Amino acid sequence: MKNIDKELADIVGSEFVSNHPEEKFIYSRDMGTMEPAFPDLVVMPNTTEEIQKIVQLANREEIPITPMGGGLTLSGLVRPLKGGIVMDLKRMNRIIAVNEKSRYVITEAGTSQGMLQAYLKKHHPSLKHSVPDAPPIATIAGNVLIHGSGHISQSGGFHSEMLNGMEVVMPTGEVVRIGSCATSPYWFSRAPLPDLAGLFLGWAGTTGIVTKLAIKLYPNRLFNDVKAFVTEDSEQVAEVIHRVTGTQVAEDVNVVMSSRMPGFQIVFMTYSADTKEELTWKRNLIRASLKKFIDDNVGGFMVVLPVLKGDFLEVPMKNITQFADEMQGGGFEYIGAIMPIELFSEAYRTGIEIADHFGIPHFIIVRVVGLGHCMMFAYAYAFNRADEADIKKVQAALEDTNRKVLQMGGIPWKAEAPAQKQIIEHMDPNTFALMNRIRAVLDPKGIMNPGNWEV
Amino acid sequence: MEYAEILHRCFRCGFCKLPSDYTDINCPSYLKFKFETYSPGGRMWLLKAWLNKDIKTTPRLAEILFSCTACGNCVEHCVFPAFKEDLLNAFIAGKGELVNEKAIPPKVRDYFEAIYLHGNPFKRLRKNRANWATELNLESFSGQTYLFYVGCLGSYDENGQKMAYHTAKLMIDGGVSFGILGDKESCDGNEVRSMGEMELFKHIAEKNIQEFRNAGVENIITLSPHAYHSFKNDYSQLGGHFNVYHYSHILKDLIGKKEAVTSGTSIPVTFHDPCYLGRHNNDYQAARDVLRAIPGIELVEMDRTMNNALCCGGGGGNFYTDILGGGPDSPARVRVREALETGAEVLVVACPQCILMFEDAIKSEGISEKLNVMDLSEVVQSGLP
Repeated sequence: MKNIDKELADIVGSEFVSNHPEEKFIYSRDMGTMEPAFPDLVVMPNTTEEIQKIVQLANREEIPITPMGGGLTLSGLVRPLKGGIVMDLKRMNRIIAVNEKSRYVITEAGTSQGMLQAYLKKHHPSLKHSVPDAPPIATIAGNVLIHGSGHISQSGGFHSEMLNGMEVVMPTGEVVRIGSCATSPYWFSRAPLPDLAGLFLGWAGTTGIVTKLAIKLYPNRLFNDVKAFVTEDSEQVAEVIHRVTGTQVAEDVNVVMSSRMPGFQIVFMTYSADTKEELTWKRNLIRASLKKFIDDNVGGFMVVLPVLKGDFLEVPMKNITQFADEMQGGGFEYIGAIMPIELFSEAYRTGIEIADHFGIPHFIIVRVVGLGHCMMFAYAYAFNRADEADIKKVQAALEDTNRKVLQMGGIPWKAEAPAQKQIIEHMDPNTFALMNRIRAVLDPKGIMNPGNWEV
Repeated sequence: MEYAEILHRCFRCGFCKLPSDYTDINCPSYLKFKFETYSPGGRMWLLKAWLNKDIKTTPRLAEILFSCTACGNCVEHCVFPAFKEDLLNAFIAGKGELVNEKAIPPKVRDYFEAIYLHGNPFKRLRKNRANWATELNLESFSGQTYLFYVGCLGSYDENGQKMAYHTAKLMIDGGVSFGILGDKESCDGNEVRSMGEMELFKHIAEKNIQEFRNAGVENIITLSPHAYHSFKNDYSQLGGHFNVYHYSHILKDLIGKKEAVTSGTSIPVTFHDPCYLGRHNNDYQAARDVLRAIPGIELVEMDRTMNNALCCGGGGGNFYTDILGGGPDSPARVRVREALETGAEVLVVACPQCILMFEDAIKSEGISEKLNVMDLSEVVQSGLP
C-alpha cells in the first residue's frame, strides 16, 4: 500500500492519523470472537469535507476504507478484512438540531446513544429516542445502519424504520442527501421520494459513509412501569406476544430465558403514561390481554419487586453488558436472529439444544420488533477471552446457530463475515446479483469495507 | 504484572468512558486523544497484548499509559463489580512495568529524578520551601494540634502558594493551632505512586512517616487532595497512621456550619470536585458547605459534578508531564468551557493541581474576562461578592 500518512495528516491533522502498532492492534478486533484483521492506518475525520477528501484519496490509491461508529456489533463488522484505513467517526458527534414539533433530531454519525439520551433529557425532556441495550457509547448511526432495535421498537419498529434521512459520502466521494432533506430544509421523512436509504441500510458499510442522519423522536412520558409474565410452555409465547402487542400499549416487549431459570420464559413489557390513571389503564389492558393464559393455567404475572423495577426500566440495561463476565472471561457474542414470532418455540428449543451440545450455559433474550411483526431472537454465548479453546467453542456454537436460524427461516442480524456467506447461500441468486450490480455502480473500485457481503 | 488476571475480563464496553448520565466523554485521556487505545478498555487490552508479547514496548504505549490521570472515572462507572475496583491498580501496575523497563516518557523520568534529588518536581531548593509563609511568620511544627502540609505546588507554584497563604491566614484568624515543616517538608509521593514508581513512593512515604513521627505529628491538614489521599489511604498501609484532613474540612468547621442569608447582589460560582477528594474519598460536601455559608454566593452546578466530575487533566503527574495539554479537547479546556456554560463567574477549586491546569486553560480559551478561577480559601478570604 502506498504511503498516504502525510496526505491523511494534511486532511485531518497528524494527531488523528495513526499507523502505530497500538492502534492497529485495537482496531483490528472487537469484543466478539472474530479473528483480528489489521488496518494499515486509523484515521479520525472531523467533518464531511474531510471524509470526502479521504474517500477521494482512497479511490485514487485503491485503498480500502472501513467506516466505524462505536465498534460494538460484537460480530466484527468493523474489522478491516482487507486492510487499508479504519475510519473512526467518533469525533463527528455534534447534535445539529432537534425539531420538537415534528419530533426528530439531526445528528452527526459519531454521536453516541448516551450523548443523545443526555442531551434530550436536558434540553428536550418531553422527547426520547429508541435506545438499544448496547452500551451507551454505541453510535446512533451505527445502530440505525445495522437495522438495530431498542426500547421503543415494539411500537416503532427497527431503528432503520425510525430513520428520516441521511447525508452520505459516496464511495466515489460525492455527498448525497437521502430523504426529505434532499429537497427540503426539513428532515421529516423518507417519503414521498424514491427511498434511497435502502442503498445504505444493512450493507455493513460497503456502499458509503453516513455522515449525518435524522431519526424520529417519541414522547417521553412521566410515568413508567414494567409487567412480567412467566410461562413454562414455550408454545404459548408467540401467542402471548401477539396478544400483548395487539393492545398497542407496550413500548418494549422482551422475553428472557436463561440457564439460571431453566424452563421459564419471562416476558417483560414496559409501558409509560402521562398520568397515573393512564398508567393503570394500560396495565389493565395488558393484564386483560393475557387473562386467557392465566385461566388456562399456563402462565401468570410475576411480581416485579419495586427494588428491581429500576433494573428493568433502566435504559440501556447494564445487566446485559454484564453478561460478558459470566465466565469471568470478558467476552460474549450473540446471534440476533430476525424471525417471525411464530417461530418462537422452535427457536427456543434450538437454542437450548445448541447450548447443551456445546456445554455452554444458555442465555436467550428476545426483543419484539413492531407490533409483533417480527422479533430479534438473540442467542448469547459468554466466553473466556483468555482461553483460546473456549473462544473456538463459542465460534462453533455461533456458526451452528447461524445455520439453524437460516434453516428455520430466520435471518442472522448484523451477521459476521462468515455468516454473511451463509445468508448468501440461502438468498435468491437474483437478489445477490442485484446487490453486486448496485455495489459495482456505487463503488467501482471496491474500496468500501471489502470482504463483507461477498462469497 | 500485578492485576494481570483481570485484564482479559474487560469487555471494552465503554461505560468507563462516560459519566453516569452519559452526557459526554469523561475519561480525560480518551477525551483528548480520541483513539480507542487511550480509553480505559484500550489500556486493559493493550496491557494484555503487551504481556502476551503481541505488541512491543514503544513510546506510544508509554504515552497511552502515562496519559491516564488516575482520576477514577473508570472505576466509578465500570459495570463489572468483580474487578472494577482494580482498574486503576492495573494501570498503575502497567506503568510500573514500564518504569522497570526504563521505557517511560522523558518528562516522567525527569519528574522521578527531580523528586528523588530535590524532593519536588521543579528542582527548586528545599530551603525555599516555606517562602510562601514568610509574611505570615508561621511557626514550625512543634507539637501544635495540626501539621499544615502544603506539598510541592503549595510551596513552589504561584497559584499553590496563594492557596497555602489564604488557607493559613484563615486558620490563624480562626484560632487553629498548627505549624509547618518548612524545609523539612518533602513531596507526598502520590503522583509517584500513580505513575507506578513504587520503590520511590515507598522511599518517600517511609521518610515522611519518620519525619512526621519524629516531629510528633498526629493530625495533618493538607492543601492538596492528592496528599490527603496518600496520607490517609497509602501511608497507613506502610505503618503511618495519622488523622488526615483536607483544608476544606477545616474551613467547613470554621465557617461552614450554617447556611448564609443573602440579601442584595449575588455572584454565581461553580465548584469543581477534585478527583482525590471526590471519587477517591467520597467527599463532595465540605467545600460546598463552605460556599453555601458565604453570603452572596449562588452555587451553580456543572452538568458533570461530584462523582461525575470531569478531571482537570492534571493527575497522574500530567500537571507536570503535560501529556494531556494543548488543543481545544484538553480536559482542562473542556472543563472551563463547561464551567462557563453554567453562567458562573468564578470556578472554585480545592486542589493546587486543578488551579494550575485551569489557569492555563482559561488563558488558552481566552475567557479570562468572563471566568475567574479561585481556590476555596481565597473565596472565603475575599468574602465574595
